[in-house]
Amino acid sequence: MIALPAPKAEILARREEIIVALTALVPGDGVIAEGIRMKPYETDGLAAYRQMPLAVVLPSTTEQVAAVLRYCHEQGIRVVPRGAGTSLSGGALPLADAVVIGLMRLNAIHEINYADRYAVVGAGVTNIGITKAVEADGFFYAPDPSSQLACMIGGNVMMNSGGAHCLKYGVTANNLLGVKFVTIEGEVLEIGGTYLDAAGYDWLGLITGSEGQLGIVTEVTVRILRSAEGARAMLAAFNSIEIAGAAVDAIIGSGIIPVALEFMDKPCIHACEAFAHAGYPLDAEAMLIIEVEGSIAEQDALLARIKDICARFDPISLKVAETAEQSLAIWKGRKGAFGAVGRISPDYLCMDGTIPTSELPRVLRRIGEMSEQYGLKVANVFHAGDGNLHPLIMFDANDADSFHRAEAFGADILKLCVEVGGCLTGEHGVGVEKRDLMTVQFQPHELTQQRAIKSAFDPDWLLNPAKVFPLQGALSPALAAE
Amino acid sequence: MSAMIAPVDEAGIIAAVQAARAAREPLAIEGQGSKRGMLRPVQAARSLSTRGLTGVTLYRPAELIISARAGTPLAEIEATLAEKGQQLIAESPYLNGVFGTTAPPSIGGVVAANLSGPRRITWGATRDHVMGLRFINGAGEAIRSGGRVLKNVTGLDLCKLLSGSYGTLGVITEVTLKVLPAPETSATLLIETPDLASAVAALSAGLGSPFGVSAATALPVKDHVIAAVRLEDFAASVAYRMEKLRGVLGSLGTQRVMEDAESRAFWRGVREVEPLQVVPDEAIWRVSVRPSAGPQIAAAASAIGGRVMLDWGGGLVWIAASPSSANHMLISEAAHTQGGAAMLFRAPESLRLAVPVLPEEAAPLAKIGARVKEALDPGGLFNPGHIRAA
Repeated sequence: MIALPAPKAEILARREEIIVALTALVPGDGVIAEGIRMKPYETDGLAAYRQMPLAVVLPSTTEQVAAVLRYCHEQGIRVVPRGAGTSLSGGALPLADAVVIGLMRLNAIHEINYADRYAVVGAGVTNIGITKAVEADGFFYAPDPSSQLACMIGGNVMMNSGGAHCLKYGVTANNLLGVKFVTIEGEVLEIGGTYLDAAGYDWLGLITGSEGQLGIVTEVTVRILRSAEGARAMLAAFNSIEIAGAAVDAIIGSGIIPVALEFMDKPCIHACEAFAHAGYPLDAEAMLIIEVEGSIAEQDALLARIKDICARFDPISLKVAETAEQSLAIWKGRKGAFGAVGRISPDYLCMDGTIPTSELPRVLRRIGEMSEQYGLKVANVFHAGDGNLHPLIMFDANDADSFHRAEAFGADILKLCVEVGGCLTGEHGVGVEKRDLMTVQFQPHELTQQRAIKSAFDPDWLLNPAKVFPLQGALSPALAAE
Repeated sequence: MSAMIAPVDEAGIIAAVQAARAAREPLAIEGQGSKRGMLRPVQAARSLSTRGLTGVTLYRPAELIISARAGTPLAEIEATLAEKGQQLIAESPYLNGVFGTTAPPSIGGVVAANLSGPRRITWGATRDHVMGLRFINGAGEAIRSGGRVLKNVTGLDLCKLLSGSYGTLGVITEVTLKVLPAPETSATLLIETPDLASAVAALSAGLGSPFGVSAATALPVKDHVIAAVRLEDFAASVAYRMEKLRGVLGSLGTQRVMEDAESRAFWRGVREVEPLQVVPDEAIWRVSVRPSAGPQIAAAASAIGGRVMLDWGGGLVWIAASPSSANHMLISEAAHTQGGAAMLFRAPESLRLAVPVLPEEAAPLAKIGARVKEALDPGGLFNPGHIRAA
């Protein structure tokens, strides 16, 4: 288990007084303090970790967020920002002495501008909510994390979320124009705006993906894009992981950039097929889902090219969707992959390392060996075009030993990712989950440099403590482990 | 001209920074010097150049990744990529014409200035494609951020902070960029429109179409304005999409299509701000606003006798006018009023010293900014006064 810092006793002792003060700042039903009602906030998508917070505040305006932060800063109270709580890395895990600031009530869409192709939305608007608001007019918001039905744009900004379509459209950072940003001191700053490449330092780029370490985002200006005329998928299944990897290289090398290029290994294919009956080939060792965009004729031309390329790699199965319905069927298994694995195992940990794609066969072989060593099954599903792996390690949370082995297995996978030239996390964030592995990727002085920048925004380290940076190390004051 | 130190490796850069730190002497940081004359002049006895750090260090076409030492000429990177049918995504400009220099731009300089060309409107800025970099901080330490993979959210994103920091936060020694396949062909639709507002409306219609427009510029010519939108893709797609686009934009003015070679030359010109035909004694401003506000910025520029060209769908307004504080104030005010920002891109040294070349930041942000600068460059060694008066 990962250690959390000791709570500040003087803050715990002043709980009642703090709740009264917060209630004055966010009146009505804006403060949650009873245990039973705080329960939903004790964990996030990394459900193995749970901790009840001091209190939960649900502000409805940027001004309320600023007032709460100003108060917490004055009083030395730690804060944990929270969107929908879908973080898979424990990014929204509370601390016993921390106030959780939930942003779900900042859920208004303030402006949609098609001529200039942007939308201004509250941090609590869901990712899919943005696309829903503009799709009737033919537009969409590009980043599409798997949790897009629930996850909120404020959380997407904080974690720099990705999705299946990043290869063409980029991640959250590439689709933002500006944010309204509240500092720990309660100052409200406009970062960026409705235009490209704001002058001066790229604060927007630094804030994006900062996991709540620098401040709280309450409003986001996103780029919206016109949807392509259409999109269609194909499926290609191969005899080995190596061959599928070579096919991916050949597709990219041909000059085609598919909008999505997803990879599943045999255990994942089986889990998904049992769940979704998508018609996946059960004898394949590896399968690709490849999606292209454009008019019907353009889709036909691109899919024909990709089919020709795949045909050179002795495929077991090649299935090009003829219709939008067939395309949906191909995607159905993939989109349900996490749920499908949840059906065959009581619990799973979802890893998120990225590797250079040329290392794919070697890394997947090693993961297979580790799976036997740890005695835990693993299913691999990932974004093949960009090397972002999602090994799903299956375990039983009721068996403490099984959980510890799963955590150790996951850590070994991430170390392997770094060893082959990749990184700990491609899109889920470091959070609490990968915090202690940061020393694998970064040298001490590099972490000190990052901490110094964090300190420039949050000198007292009140913002989302115990995440991202290992507790021990220079410049992490007052975060001694319990 | 200050004395230049130009080490041939990163260890030499570190040694130079440590020596400067020990002597408490600031350094003017530069690459090849192709953009010397940009921003405020740096008062430093010595300059530290990365021009000696050259060469592609890693290129994996199938992984869409290239790494190079900071001083590597942009043209060398482009040539390396072209051999494998790939290209830099942001269409980074050279700007030798703008700055009256002959030195080749370095890839480190392109990143340090976050300079992007016409493709930026659809495919992102240079900073969007910086997957990793190495830099030397003011303590003389080598710091890595990012890596050599396409998706990475591990730790704070210092790649973006350093991109566009103009050498004021660290000395970039190596960069890793995402690249993409070069398109099979390109073509550009020119539409003759009566005025800038109509031209920008045409660009918006193009960029808001499903046809993947990859660049959109508006060029005033005598009594009308040429709106131009570009398609880049496989030849069959470009042909199909051009027909569709001509239909969508048909009612907006007389049309002409430029095929591949002519189209490429045209956009090279737009990238280098050539259509503005700037004369040597004019100043150049670069204003970024939401595209539909571009015409208002242009109107403000016309009022002071300035000439304009618009890129990025109308949101990037290049202005050439006589270099005066009054003109700078007026353009900055117009940009601010429209919710955008103006940068004094080129001007005589006296003007660059007299006015803020970049807009001032709000006080609380400036305070944090000063602490971030202190965190990266505690001795204030790098490019003092380069982006704002000290």
